[in-house]
Amino acid sequence: MTKLPALPDYGLDWLDASGDHSDVVLSTRVRLARNLQGHAFGPRARVNDREAVLDQMKRAAEKVGLLSGSTLLELLQLDHRGRRILLERRLASRELLGDVKTGPARATGVLLASDDPLSVMINEEDHLRIQGLVSGLRLKKAWNLADRLDEELGQELPFAYHHEFGYLTSCPTNVGSGLRASALVHLPGLVLTKEIGKVLQGLGQVGLTYRGLYGEGSEVVGNFFQVSNQTTLGKSEEDLIEHLDKIVRQVIQYESHARQVLLRDAPQVTEDKIWRAYGLLRYARSLSFEELMNLLSGIRLGVGLKLLPQLRVYTLNKLMIFTQTAHLEQAAGRDLPPSECDAHRAVYVRRVLATEGASVPDEDTDENGSSTDG
Amino acid sequence: MDAKESKNACEVCGSEDAVVHLTQIENDQMSTSHLCQACAAAKGVESSEESVNLPLTGFLAQLGDEPSTQQTSESFGSCSFCGLMFNDFRKAGRLGCPHCYTTFEGYLRGLLRRVHGSTQHVGKVYLPPDPAASDLEKQLEVLRHKLQRAVDSEDFERAAEIRDKIRTMEPAGS
Repeated sequence: MTKLPALPDYGLDWLDASGDHSDVVLSTRVRLARNLQGHAFGPRARVNDREAVLDQMKRAAEKVGLLSGSTLLELLQLDHRGRRILLERRLASRELLGDVKTGPARATGVLLASDDPLSVMINEEDHLRIQGLVSGLRLKKAWNLADRLDEELGQELPFAYHHEFGYLTSCPTNVGSGLRASALVHLPGLVLTKEIGKVLQGLGQVGLTYRGLYGEGSEVVGNFFQVSNQTTLGKSEEDLIEHLDKIVRQVIQYESHARQVLLRDAPQVTEDKIWRAYGLLRYARSLSFEELMNLLSGIRLGVGLKLLPQLRVYTLNKLMIFTQTAHLEQAAGRDLPPSECDAHRAVYVRRVLATEGASVPDEDTDENGSSTDG
Repeated sequence: MDAKESKNACEVCGSEDAVVHLTQIENDQMSTSHLCQACAAAKGVESSEESVNLPLTGFLAQLGDEPSTQQTSESFGSCSFCGLMFNDFRKAGRLGCPHCYTTFEGYLRGLLRRVHGSTQHVGKVYLPPDPAASDLEKQLEVLRHKLQRAVDSEDFERAAEIRDKIRTMEPAGS
C-alpha cells in the first residue's frame, strides 16, 4: 500500500479564494459523465470492463495535452487514509471508495491534472467523471476547462453517444449532456432570517436542486449548500451553465439582503454570535467537525460583514479542509480515535488563528495596556 | 442476486459460474438448481437485489402505478450485451451499458420525458475519432455556434481557441 504522494495541493486550487464572490460562493464545480463504447458500466461493469477502461484512459492521458504531467492514483494501491483524503478534497466520491468493509473495486482511480484544476474519476457509476473545480463563482471557467478536457479525451477514446439521447450514462438522470454544474454557497443570512426555506423551494421551481456539502446523500452542514442543475437533457451545456449562473447570482443578492437585515435589525445579537464563534475557535481545546463547521459559518459571516478585520477567506477555506479526519491523521502520522481527533482539530485551528486570525479591537487590551489576543 | 459466490458451474450451460440458487418444491420434493444469471433469466427467474440507496428508485417506484409500465416488464426482457434485466433497472435505476438504451428505448423515452422534459440532446455533438466528412461539417456547425456564443459573452480567449480549432478542421479553400 502506498501513501498519498506528499504533494499537498491536489484539488486545492480553490482555497486561494481568487474567484468572484468567494466569501459567499466557496467553489464552482462542473462535472461531465462519460462512458466508453463496447463496455458495460455501472451495475453491470465487470472487472475486465473496468480494467479495459482504466487501460484505455492511461493510454489516452499520455496523448492529451491537458493531462501532461498528470498523476493517476489507483485506489487499491492507496492506503485507506489516502483514499479518505481524496474524498475529503472532493476528488473522489463515497461511491468510488466503495463499501467501508470491502473497499474500492479493482481498477478504480482518480486522474489529477498538474497544471489545471481538473480531475477524472475512473470507474465510478460511469466510466469517467471529468471534473473542473475552481474558486468562487466561475461557472464559465469551470465549464471551459471540463469541456476542453472532454474534447481532447473524446479524440482518443470512443465515447458512448446516441444521436437522440446524447452522451449515455448509467443513470438516466445524467444522460444527454452528462453535465452537473454546481456552486457551493454559504447562506447564513438566509438561514438566520428564516428565509432559506423559500429560497430553496424556489430553486426547485426553476429546475435546480441543492445538497449538503459532501454531495449526494449528505446533510446540510455549516449553512453550506451545493446548488446544481437538475436536468441534463434537452438544453445545451451553455444554457444550463448560464441558467445556473443567473440563479446563483440572484441567491447571492438575497443572501446579501438578508445580511443587511441582520445588521439593521439585530446588530448586537449578530456581532455577539460572530465573536463568540471566533472566541471558541481561538481557544477551545476540543472541536468536533460538526461544531467546527457551525463555528466556521459564524466567522465566515463575520468576514462577509467586515466585522473580523484581517481574517482572510483563504484562512477560512484552509480551516475547512485540513481539519477533516484523514487530513489530521496524515499530519499526526497515525490513526486518531475521535476524542484525540477533536483535540488535534482544536490545536490546528488555534495555531492557524494565532498567526492568521482576526485583529482584535483595542478595547480588548487588559489594564497593563497589552493585547489579550494570544 | 444472491451474494454468495459459488465456484460451481451453471447446471444448464456449464460455462458460467452459478450465482442464482433456485429452490423449488414440486410434489413434496425440494430441489435446488444452481444457475448462472443468463440461464436463470432465460428460465424466467427474477433475482432480488438488496435495496440500495439510489436516487432514481423512488421516482421509478412512483411510475410503477402507471398501466403502461405493467406490460413493459414482460416485453423488454434483458439487454443482450450486458444482461441487465428490465426489472433490475426498475429497482436500481441504473442502466448497464450503451446497448441498454436501445434495448429499453421505448420505456426510456417516456422516462426521460418525465425526468428532463425532453428526449432530444441539443448540446455538444460528439464525433468519434476519425469522423466522416459529413460528420465533420456537423461538428463545424456546432463549433461556429459555440464561437458566436463566446463572442456574444465577450469570452474572447475562449473564442480565439474555438476559432483556431475551426481553422484546423475546415477543408482547405473554405
